[in-house]
Amino acid sequence: MFNKDRWREIIQVLTANLFRTILTAFGVFWGILILIILLAAGKGLENGIRADFGDIATNTMFMWTQKVTKAYKGLPKDRVFDYKVGDVADIWENVDGLRFVSPRNQLGSFGGASNVVRGLKTGAFTIYGDYPEIIKQEPMDITSGRFLNQSDINEKRKVAVIGIDVRSSLYEKGEAFLGTYIKINNVNFMVIGTYKKSSANGDGENAQREIYVPFTSFSQAFNRGDSVGWMAITAVDDVPITDIKEQIFNIVKENHKIHPDDKRAVGHFDLNEQFQRVNSLFGALELIAYFVGILVLLSGVIGVSNIMLIVVKERTKEIGIRRALGESPWSIKKQILMESIFLTIISGMAGIVMGALVIYGANFVLEASGPVPMFTNPNVNLGVVTVALMILIISGLFAGFIPANSAIKVRPIDALRTE
Amino acid sequence: MGSNSLHVLKGIDFSVEEGELVAIMGSSGSGKSTLLNILGMLDELDEGTYDLDGVPIKDLNETKAANYRNKFLGFVFQSFNLINYKSAMENVALPLYYQRVGRKERQEKALKYLEQVGLKEWAGHLPSELSGGQKQRVAIARALAAEPKVLLADEPTGALDSKTSYEVMDLIQKINDAGNTILIVTHEPDIADMCKRIVHLKDGVILEDKKVNQVRAAQYV
Repeated sequence: MFNKDRWREIIQVLTANLFRTILTAFGVFWGILILIILLAAGKGLENGIRADFGDIATNTMFMWTQKVTKAYKGLPKDRVFDYKVGDVADIWENVDGLRFVSPRNQLGSFGGASNVVRGLKTGAFTIYGDYPEIIKQEPMDITSGRFLNQSDINEKRKVAVIGIDVRSSLYEKGEAFLGTYIKINNVNFMVIGTYKKSSANGDGENAQREIYVPFTSFSQAFNRGDSVGWMAITAVDDVPITDIKEQIFNIVKENHKIHPDDKRAVGHFDLNEQFQRVNSLFGALELIAYFVGILVLLSGVIGVSNIMLIVVKERTKEIGIRRALGESPWSIKKQILMESIFLTIISGMAGIVMGALVIYGANFVLEASGPVPMFTNPNVNLGVVTVALMILIISGLFAGFIPANSAIKVRPIDALRTE
Repeated sequence: MGSNSLHVLKGIDFSVEEGELVAIMGSSGSGKSTLLNILGMLDELDEGTYDLDGVPIKDLNETKAANYRNKFLGFVFQSFNLINYKSAMENVALPLYYQRVGRKERQEKALKYLEQVGLKEWAGHLPSELSGGQKQRVAIARALAAEPKVLLADEPTGALDSKTSYEVMDLIQKINDAGNTILIVTHEPDIADMCKRIVHLKDGVILEDKKVNQVRAAQYV
């Protein structure tokens, strides 16, 4: 099947009218090029958006309290309530598939009044009472010292991990800060470390203006008792938090005597759901890229089919001669099919190579001109190239099918008579 | 050809021995080409029998017919029917290719037959670079290459001037002398006279079937 003579013949036929062959090949070339570029662009967008999510544990939801909207068990509506430390234990106990349940308390907010004092310097920062696990849910780099640990929690140590911007507001450049004390709402905390968050959400600056202290010491120092302001709950990787969040809601509703149908009392933000939404957006984007790309490719393939029909028509007499000399119909069919597949694959490969060059160029420009928001490293993987090649072979086969059949439909005697 | 079929041949009964050189003559429409096409398995007979070298030729599908044509028959056409993008040698080697003969052997054989028709030094030329007579000689070499049982020539001299015609006939006679069976369709009496037997067709029946004294073409060359 792949002998030298057949290849020679394929080359001979395709180069006999080189300009026409190139024009035909261009259709397929263009189609595959568009397909590759669309897929790469989609991937670039996806990479860009994913970079914005950073290393945040995406299978996470945040849960806080809101006003109760239904009277229940003798309690009125419009009541406010707080989560309690006991809720955390209940959630752990009754829900499977959880990875982290971090109760959090918060003090101050961005742009609030000054609440931290060190000597003559003051600043307004967000103070979090947290468990050590929070660093796995909201990743941050510890640039010096250490983060909170379990002993801090157990012993209710008054220690604080501060953002790099907190440090620069409260300390002179080069001043030692580890082991020094800052006053948060008039309570002394010892600085044990600094962090830096790599966030590109647009609040990159504010993200560095936070202070983390142990949850237990926070509660004690700021008189929160066993109240919990809100929780960050992360599920294990193969259990979407979206699927188990209702169970969690039911537990806290039960604990706080909230009507089971009260949709408003428990406020939450489901990061996983958002993330999945973004994911499905990229799925749709990829689908559109394939759809458009394949349609463009299809018109190229129709071009190939068309030209093969013309070639067959032109070669009717030649095919008649060959059959008179004893070439079998199947051999002729194979010849036409191989010509078609060969043409499709060669032009498709050229398209893939060109696509790779375009992607390379785009990456080069992106690198040279610095990061572009929401667009990083456009690329296609080897799988896509394989798929593209499969599409090419199949479409080449389809393109050659009708012409090949029409080539052997003419009886040799009639083919010989054509001029 | 379905409903508009036409009975061209109305009872032909003749046999050709090995080594004969037969001319089939007749005016146009007499059925001589149809006869040749049936003999060449390019057309089908709807009644009667056709045996070739003891093999009954019937119920052929295209693949089988192609195979038989390749093994048993060599064709020479009026319009030469060389493949124009292949060199003389490649044209001659074509039937051997369909027999799956190896590349090297193919080339050797093709050169041998080209030598036999006196065109060895033209082996690498394309048909467009050859004269009419040369083209027909390449076609004859191609017909011979597969070493067929029978050589079928449809007006082999129809497109040639008389001098070239005689050269071609001289070649055909020599091939016949070597023992090959040859059938020639022609309407030229002088060409027919160069054969050993003349079959006259008219309106689809054999009018006359006679042996003749062969006129050697060599004397005119």
